[in-house]
Amino acid sequence: MNKITNNKAWFLVLPVFFIVAISAIIPLMTVVNYSVQDIFDPQTRFFVGTEWFEQVLGDSRLHDALIRQIIYTLSVLFIEIPLGIAVALTLPRKGWGVSASMVLLALPLLIPWNVVGTIWQIFGRADIGLGGYVINMMGIDYNYSQNPMDAWVTVLVMDVWHWTSLIVLLCYAGLRSIPDAYYQAAKIDGASRWAVFRFIQLPKMQSVLVIGVLLRFMDSFMIYTEPFVLTGGGPGNATTFLSQFLTRMAVGQFDLGPAAAFSLVYFLIILLVCWVFYTVVMNAGKREEQ
Amino acid sequence: MARIDLKGLAHSYFPDPKTDEDYALRRMEHVWEDGGAYALLGPSGCGKTTLLNIISGLLTPSHGQVLFDGKDVTNLAPEERNIAQVFQFPVIYDTMTVYENLAFPLRNRGVDAKRVDARVREIAGMLDLTGKLKQKARGLGADEKQTISLGRGLVRDDVSAILFDEPLTVIDPHLKWVLRRKLKEIHNKLRPTMVYVTHDQVEALTFADKVVVMYGGKVVQLGTPQELFENPAHTFVGYFIGSPGMNIMDCKIDDGAAWVDGQRIGLSDRLLEAVSKQTGKIELGIRPEFLTLETGDAAKGSDGVDVNIIKVEDLGQYKIATTRFGASEIKVKLGEDEQVVGQSGVLRFAPEWTKLYADSQLVA
Repeated sequence: MNKITNNKAWFLVLPVFFIVAISAIIPLMTVVNYSVQDIFDPQTRFFVGTEWFEQVLGDSRLHDALIRQIIYTLSVLFIEIPLGIAVALTLPRKGWGVSASMVLLALPLLIPWNVVGTIWQIFGRADIGLGGYVINMMGIDYNYSQNPMDAWVTVLVMDVWHWTSLIVLLCYAGLRSIPDAYYQAAKIDGASRWAVFRFIQLPKMQSVLVIGVLLRFMDSFMIYTEPFVLTGGGPGNATTFLSQFLTRMAVGQFDLGPAAAFSLVYFLIILLVCWVFYTVVMNAGKREEQ
Repeated sequence: MARIDLKGLAHSYFPDPKTDEDYALRRMEHVWEDGGAYALLGPSGCGKTTLLNIISGLLTPSHGQVLFDGKDVTNLAPEERNIAQVFQFPVIYDTMTVYENLAFPLRNRGVDAKRVDARVREIAGMLDLTGKLKQKARGLGADEKQTISLGRGLVRDDVSAILFDEPLTVIDPHLKWVLRRKLKEIHNKLRPTMVYVTHDQVEALTFADKVVVMYGGKVVQLGTPQELFENPAHTFVGYFIGSPGMNIMDCKIDDGAAWVDGQRIGLSDRLLEAVSKQTGKIELGIRPEFLTLETGDAAKGSDGVDVNIIKVEDLGQYKIATTRFGASEIKVKLGEDEQVVGQSGVLRFAPEWTKLYADSQLVA
């Protein structure tokens, strides 16, 4: 077959090219630009090679922030995924309860990040916040602005409150797609409740769970607004995660070179983890088919 | 294996049924013999799947009882009834291998590994799955998946009954035939009680010893394929079984014969006596196989019903002639070599195969 060659067709790609260039490529290249130079003003700049990268990669405060970030993200995933699945399994399958629970679950998702931070900031206060007050009443000394552990737990609970609904909704959608015949067959085959979950429900939820884990990983790894509103990263550095650290470096100290270098590293970490996770899960699915 | 008794069984999906129309399943009394192969045959919406689900325990009937070997199981859950069921669409456990799928019902009941292995291999052998036992079930085609579902239904040998809900719908025609033969073979060998739901008469007639024909939530006839053919108890059975179905026409009884559109059709004395006690709408039915059509010279002076011949279809082994007189269109089955001459002829009704129906019920 003769392929028709018409190079004018490339013009049709131009609009997309412009949009992608303006929205992604040009800003990203600016960051690359800053990460390899020391720029004082447009006329005064020096090429520094990998110096900024070496500096940020060797920064012990950044290591601490990274470790905090990893522990935080893993905690988020380990709590939200099982909790989301568990809640999805207990949701009603028909009747008015379906729409009622859908609305209730969707509510936290509709609240802007900084409002969530503000809500919990007030809710958790020992003097005027309902939550903080009640906890202190019960004899537990709780103060998120002074005790690092309390601050940490508060940020975690806040995230669970905000985002578990997403996992619930995704899992629920997956569960609803299972035909009744599967449950009936399982009953007749004498399957236990656990076997129904393990061999029917979990496999059907697999694809939505992959999406859920990816979204929650990316979002929690980039968390900024909520801890910023709640404690500003404190007390000390207890809730200073990577974004917080980066912002302080770029906006607070105006260290644009190291900040740019770190931005790139940050971006690559997320890209790499997502890619590895996605590939492993998808290949696992394929291998099973053979 | 068990005998199944349906005692005063009826079901309505409404909480407070009043008229007959509110019932998905009208009151019935039946005894299904141990080791029988029964087919539930009927059009969509006739209640056959409802009945099957009541027997399997997926549905609790609103009235009456289900007994397995005399034991009331009406309120028992499916897993307590000890039955197997195969559904219309393949239900397989994606993440398991074919072997694990087949072993699942046995392992759940704590059968020991050696016995599981023997049963799985035996069933896999019967269904030609031996070569695929180690494969994941997920990657298989619809045919194979449904074969696995069948296998899971057959793998336990201690079940009271095996229920099939239109299991061959998704299977391609050639394999359908093969699997039906397999099921029949398995039935002959192991004699489980089998109940098979279908809307395909060929499937029902080839599979079952006894066919239960359902229509509008009622069992209209339960009989062997031969009984259904020779003695349809209801006009629906006549029409639904057979290809083409029974000819049914409105008629009047007068002067020792049946009259259809002013033409006389002779009846046996026995039938005449029986019908004299009937009130209600009377219809006459006869299968296309029991009519003779005479045309050309043979028709001259012949005693019968004068008809116009509309068309003759040659179907290879036989011919179907469509004839008309008055408002009635009547199909006649002719032998391969019978010739039809001209546009008109004389139809002869075999009196012993001419049936009368009062309000759709056979007059006997």
